Amino acid sequence: MTVAVKFFASLKEQLGCDGATVEIGEVATAADVWLQATGGKSLPPNVLVAVNMEYADQNAAVQDGDEVGFFPPVTGGAE
Amino acid sequence: MKVEVRATPLAPWRELASYEEAHPELAGGAGAASVFVGSMRDSNAGDSVTGMTLEHYPGMTEREMLRLCEEARDRWSLLDLLVVHRVGALLPGDPIVLVAVWSTHRREAFEAARHLMEQLKSTVPFWKQEQTDAGRRWVEKNTPGY
Repeated sequence: MTVAVKFFASLKEQLGCDGATVEIGEVATAADVWLQATGGKSLPPNVLVAVNMEYADQNAAVQDGDEVGFFPPVTGGAE
Repeated sequence: MKVEVRATPLAPWRELASYEEAHPELAGGAGAASVFVGSMRDSNAGDSVTGMTLEHYPGMTEREMLRLCEEARDRWSLLDLLVVHRVGALLPGDPIVLVAVWSTHRREAFEAARHLMEQLKSTVPFWKQEQTDAGRRWVEKNTPGY
């Protein structure tokens, strides 16, 4: 199946790209998608995961055509 | 109800005035409006900050903001909500966020605006990168609001 991957903020800079399209087996979790997209890098513990723009666990199953976003803790708003 | 992510300058008080003009039903019904405006500071963690870039996750950010507003509307008795958040390049003094909540009585407006602001900082995908004399750095932590 095909999954779209997106990286944001400091994670995007560390990985040197803002995302990828990955081909992966039919049964896969968000964490599997991370490994495939990063060439086997371990998933940092503080990284947040979203599947189709909704927060998800790294063990959440992904489906063909899904978009998986990985990003650092959020820091919006103001004082 | 209006939720917006904006890449151009935000003038919160003008924004508020035009929103109220466009919603005349608020006059009379709303006994209370609670408004929060957050702006960029010129220092952070002991360093002078000369600029900031705010990044977001297009699509998800708007969705999360909308979800928070809908949750607030379910939890409190509110008449209307307006949330506008900046992205892109900012300078010290630039407004970053406007949260406005209208309700019949003050308690709901105060509580909902405060809650929305805290949730905005902790769950909505926005990331700040500061420019300091030493270079650019990502902001890693939020200051607690309570």
